[in-house]
Amino acid sequence: MPFHWLILILIALGAAGYLAGRKRALASADGDVRQLHSLPAYYGWNVVISTLVPALGALVLWLVLQPLLIENRVSNLLPQELIPEGSSAGLVMSDVRRLATGLDKAVAENVLTAQQANSMRPELSDIRARLGEVGVALGSDVRPEVMRAAQAYRRATASGTRLMGFCVLGLAIIGLVLSVSRTSRDFWARNAVERAVMALLIAAASIAILTTLGIVLSMLFETRNFFSLHSWTDFFFGTTWAPNFRGDSELSILPLLWGTLYISFIALAVAVPIGLFAAIYLSEYAGKATRSFAKPLLEILAGIPTIVYGLFALLTVGPMLVNFFGRGSDGVLGVDWMAGATSVLTAGVVMGIMLIPFVSSLSDDIISAVPQSLRDGSFGLGATRSETIRQVVLPAALPGIVGAILLAASRAIGETMIVVMGAGAIAKFSLNPLESMTTITTRIVSQLTGDTDFASPETLVAFALGLTLFVLTLGLNILALYIVRRYREQYE
Amino acid sequence: MTHATDPALPVSTENGSLLRQDARTRRRNAAETRFKLYGVIAISIGLLMLVTLVTTIVSNGSGAFRQSFVTLDVELLESKLDKTGDRDLEQIKKVSTFGYAPLINGAFETLAAEQGVETALSAKEMGEILSKDAAAQLRDYVLANPDRIGTTAEFTFLANSRVDGYMKGRVSRDSIQNDKNISVEQLDFVDQLVNLGLIEKKFNPAFILGADASDQRPEAAGFGVSMIGSLFMMLVVLVLSLPIGVAASIYLEEFAPKTWWTDVIEVNISNLAAVPSIVFGILGLAVFINTMHLPMSAPLVGGMVLTLMTLPTIIISTRAALKAVPPSIRDAALGIGASRMQSVFHHVLPLAAPGILTGTIIGLAQALGETAPLLLIGMVGFVASNAPDGIVAGLLDPNSAMPAQIYEWAKRADPAFYERAWGGIIILLVFLVAMNTIAVILRRRFERRW
Repeated sequence: MPFHWLILILIALGAAGYLAGRKRALASADGDVRQLHSLPAYYGWNVVISTLVPALGALVLWLVLQPLLIENRVSNLLPQELIPEGSSAGLVMSDVRRLATGLDKAVAENVLTAQQANSMRPELSDIRARLGEVGVALGSDVRPEVMRAAQAYRRATASGTRLMGFCVLGLAIIGLVLSVSRTSRDFWARNAVERAVMALLIAAASIAILTTLGIVLSMLFETRNFFSLHSWTDFFFGTTWAPNFRGDSELSILPLLWGTLYISFIALAVAVPIGLFAAIYLSEYAGKATRSFAKPLLEILAGIPTIVYGLFALLTVGPMLVNFFGRGSDGVLGVDWMAGATSVLTAGVVMGIMLIPFVSSLSDDIISAVPQSLRDGSFGLGATRSETIRQVVLPAALPGIVGAILLAASRAIGETMIVVMGAGAIAKFSLNPLESMTTITTRIVSQLTGDTDFASPETLVAFALGLTLFVLTLGLNILALYIVRRYREQYE
Repeated sequence: MTHATDPALPVSTENGSLLRQDARTRRRNAAETRFKLYGVIAISIGLLMLVTLVTTIVSNGSGAFRQSFVTLDVELLESKLDKTGDRDLEQIKKVSTFGYAPLINGAFETLAAEQGVETALSAKEMGEILSKDAAAQLRDYVLANPDRIGTTAEFTFLANSRVDGYMKGRVSRDSIQNDKNISVEQLDFVDQLVNLGLIEKKFNPAFILGADASDQRPEAAGFGVSMIGSLFMMLVVLVLSLPIGVAASIYLEEFAPKTWWTDVIEVNISNLAAVPSIVFGILGLAVFINTMHLPMSAPLVGGMVLTLMTLPTIIISTRAALKAVPPSIRDAALGIGASRMQSVFHHVLPLAAPGILTGTIIGLAQALGETAPLLLIGMVGFVASNAPDGIVAGLLDPNSAMPAQIYEWAKRADPAFYERAWGGIIILLVFLVAMNTIAVILRRRFERRW
């Protein structure tokens, strides 16, 4: 049974259930709504919920579990010696899957009969050419074991899908019958419906937890795989980043961390003074008109997608810096310090521009939250505005401002597009901001894009890098929120 | 001993006047002015950056919307296209684009002879000023109108990206010295055609609506297919994140008891909002692609990853909107016998709807511009050449997305693609500005102050 038919039937059952439940409730009260415990619609919804929720739950569960189980069973069919040296069972399994979908497609387009697809033997017929007819390209000739595995895969999938249809429909009908039979005028339908809705609400709220769990678990799992292939001492304490896809790579996070921190430092060196002075001016000096015009304009900078900043770094700021610091006697300064457009300075400056509104609007809120009485006291002693700000307002707001800067720093460390396009790809320890360097996020992107083999340390290192990044930014955030919260409590 | 003459205190000068500032006051006032000036400078730098960014984008990108076109009369020779002469479509189809190129070259030759264009170029070299797309365009026309074979028809072809760059001032005779794709003679030829009015810059709708093209044909690359990819992703994000986000916020704001579990959820949500976007990409790769075997590069997967990213934004703004509805509304509903669930769904939620919608639009705008997670689930690195035919294909077939397409163009070495990347940014920003404007209007128009 095709999948969309199953869904359509479920929807039809739900609709029928609504009508049946409502009608039965009304009939049990002789058509008098006042005799019912709940409004008639609740009886209908009660039936709909008990028809659809278990059935759909089973459907989702089945769709997730079935491929896993079948995969497991079929991969046991594959003999160990079939897996070539340096390759993994996963690669062979992806061959099996591709072959199976190819057979499905061939049957659907009547190139093969269902009978042929199930009994075909690659020794006897040219399966590759036949599948080529329907546009499924196979990399190499099909080995008999793979073919048999693919046929088993298809059989298991087909019977699993059939079984799934029966189970889901069975659950739906049982739910329908049970809930309709329970419907009577004394049944507390509203309470039942509200309990179910509440369960849905709680489930939705738990998705946030599931996401975090998913992030942590998926990265932990692959990181463990990575550390079983690569020594953790080299990862954390080594000094060289030199991935080599033929193996024997040196994968150390330190040079990447250095690049990340250096670029973030430059970004903050740009963003913090500008953002902080902008916030001070906006909250202490600016009139209403200036404020209502400058603040939203500054915040536009935060709404611009990072890909725009990345392009700006690569094509505008980078070449401009090269014009200043590079090109020998052709350049503005006549020096030759900068070779290419990508450099720490390029990425840092552009990232700094992006962070200005983060620092300014957070600090603005915090400075505005300093009680007016503190300022009035200072003015009363004869201090000027700037003296008040420097000696009274800023010290009072300092914890909050530090929190804002930490948030901006965590943003800078996790930023990807600007550094991918503006920072370069060379991992090294250097203090020269005009050289190109690389960061954690850049390496994650480059190790995980393109053809990746999830059994090699060169790919898996990206997960270890991701986990480090996650822990780093999470730590900064928690610290920042803690500082901000403690500070808020002081004045409230 | 008296303390009256403490040297640290400013001594009030004997002939002091309120109207004349002493040195220390002057210094303090100067410091005040300086401090204020720093603020003005900081804001000016910020605004200047914004202006620079916008002018850079507009000045670099607006060129992408106009493209050079060459008008040419091509004789559709029967001897080349339909040797049998019976207009059998199957036979005509057998002529590949290589068979059409000589027709175009021939057309240039005729043109040069008729108009008296002086050039030392061979017919093939003249043909090279056109896009590599031209032959395919001609073939499509012939296949659609086989009855026109044997006649002469007027065509408008895209000019080669180098010629287009010359027309726009990006390419000059000096800059092409090492360029194998175009020669100075060809540029001279182009100049003469411009004088004849046969090459002109026109608005190019194919950039907005068309599909991406391969490395060799920057002039034919378009943004349309990636817009469709983004559209499908945004559909997925909307369908998943709005109900889940609203349900989660209702629970947390209206029903959740103060237990450790709800505390954990709340801390979690605020932390998820600050997780770097690339981490969500890693999650998508590990869970959706490696574990669940969903297809790479599919807008469905992209949408699911972006949903996880957008959820915290939507939850935070929805909770703010729910909080803004005064408790008296809930009390009134409870007072006339509604259940708590009824009071929320019948009264609080409708009143909070404008705020929720505003937050959702802003969250969607954020998701629309996000690139990093899309790199990891494979939405770059290939040419998105066909628009999907149908909703299922739109969700599951490999496609690109607007920011991913921009990144893809920025990676290609040809400067002609840079112009298109900037042009793509203009389109992306138009969408973002439109979405944010709608959000602001919604807020202004429907937000109620209690």
